[in-house]
Amino acid sequence: MTIEFDNNMPIYLQIMNYVKKLIITGKLAPGDKIESVRELAAELQINPNTIQRTFQELEREGIVETRRGLGRYVTNEETTIMRIKKEMAGELLDRFVVGMRELGFREEDIVSLVSEAVKSKAPAGGEGEG
Amino acid sequence: MQPILKLAAVSKSYGRKAALQDVTLEAAPGRIVGLLGSNGSGKTTLMKIAAGLLRPDAGSAEICGVPAGRATKAATAFMPDHPLTEPWMRVRDAVAFFADFYADFDRSKAKEMLGFMQLNERDKVSTLSKGMNERLQLTLTLSRNARLYLLDEPIGGVDPVAREIILDAIVQYYNEDSCLVISTHLVADIERIFDKVVFIKNGRLILHEEVEEMRLKRGKGVTDTFKEVYAE
Repeated sequence: MTIEFDNNMPIYLQIMNYVKKLIITGKLAPGDKIESVRELAAELQINPNTIQRTFQELEREGIVETRRGLGRYVTNEETTIMRIKKEMAGELLDRFVVGMRELGFREEDIVSLVSEAVKSKAPAGGEGEG
Repeated sequence: MQPILKLAAVSKSYGRKAALQDVTLEAAPGRIVGLLGSNGSGKTTLMKIAAGLLRPDAGSAEICGVPAGRATKAATAFMPDHPLTEPWMRVRDAVAFFADFYADFDRSKAKEMLGFMQLNERDKVSTLSKGMNERLQLTLTLSRNARLYLLDEPIGGVDPVAREIILDAIVQYYNEDSCLVISTHLVADIERIFDKVVFIKNGRLILHEEVEEMRLKRGKGVTDTFKEVYAE
């Protein structure tokens, strides 16, 4: 894993979002084993307790499961994966809408701008965000 | 849970110069604590008191409930900011020296760490670069099975590559039942490995916070908070 961290935001939230993204995009498949706390801490050069907290939160949300003595795995529940996909899309949309409103756009303008943008953007490439 | 390190109202002066004033601090097992401050702020004095090498003028310093001093040295692994090795030594001599000197020294861990650090047992200590020397000192320190590890400026003056390896090694090899205190003035490179940070300025403790809480509460990490506090 590689993450560009923003030191001014809680790190556990950033790792949670990163793991969610890996799951949504299929880079981590349902039932896949997740690295141990220590492995991930060393790899990301992050405090192990922060990683621990990340996993606890992901477990609480039903995204990862601990199997006793075996380690942590991505959930097999498709509905959970769909749910986090919707949640992340929702967060992106919220930010976008707020930003557009701040620029002074009205609802119908935002909608038409979005549909134009979707049509004009080629589906491949342009995934700059890490 | 009993704290591993407990300082209560510790003060220390060198002649008329106050090095530490009224410092109170606790650190629990499994924690990595950043002790941050500019040069001359009192970091090393605090480290030495925790290591049992200096006695506080006032207040108390305890390691696992025992007053810091001769009795706590076995539980404390201190990596000072100057090398613990002798120039005539080769890397393997340094390891053997530590293994003889400290009953809690783990030779197999040392061997593994030497490999991780890309250190050669046959190399002479006097020919090691600054970065390689820091790696050796860290290997020697973390190969002990102590309760409290005190690393004084482990990444000071080393190049970015060595810094990466040193940070990797700290996270990978520190013992989870122990507590690690790392002093540094290079905050940005290392802030993500801390559980909590302690800012020290002119011998006084001016901030003491859990790092993730700090990010959540202030919307700022350690580096930015540090700049803010020290600009005052």
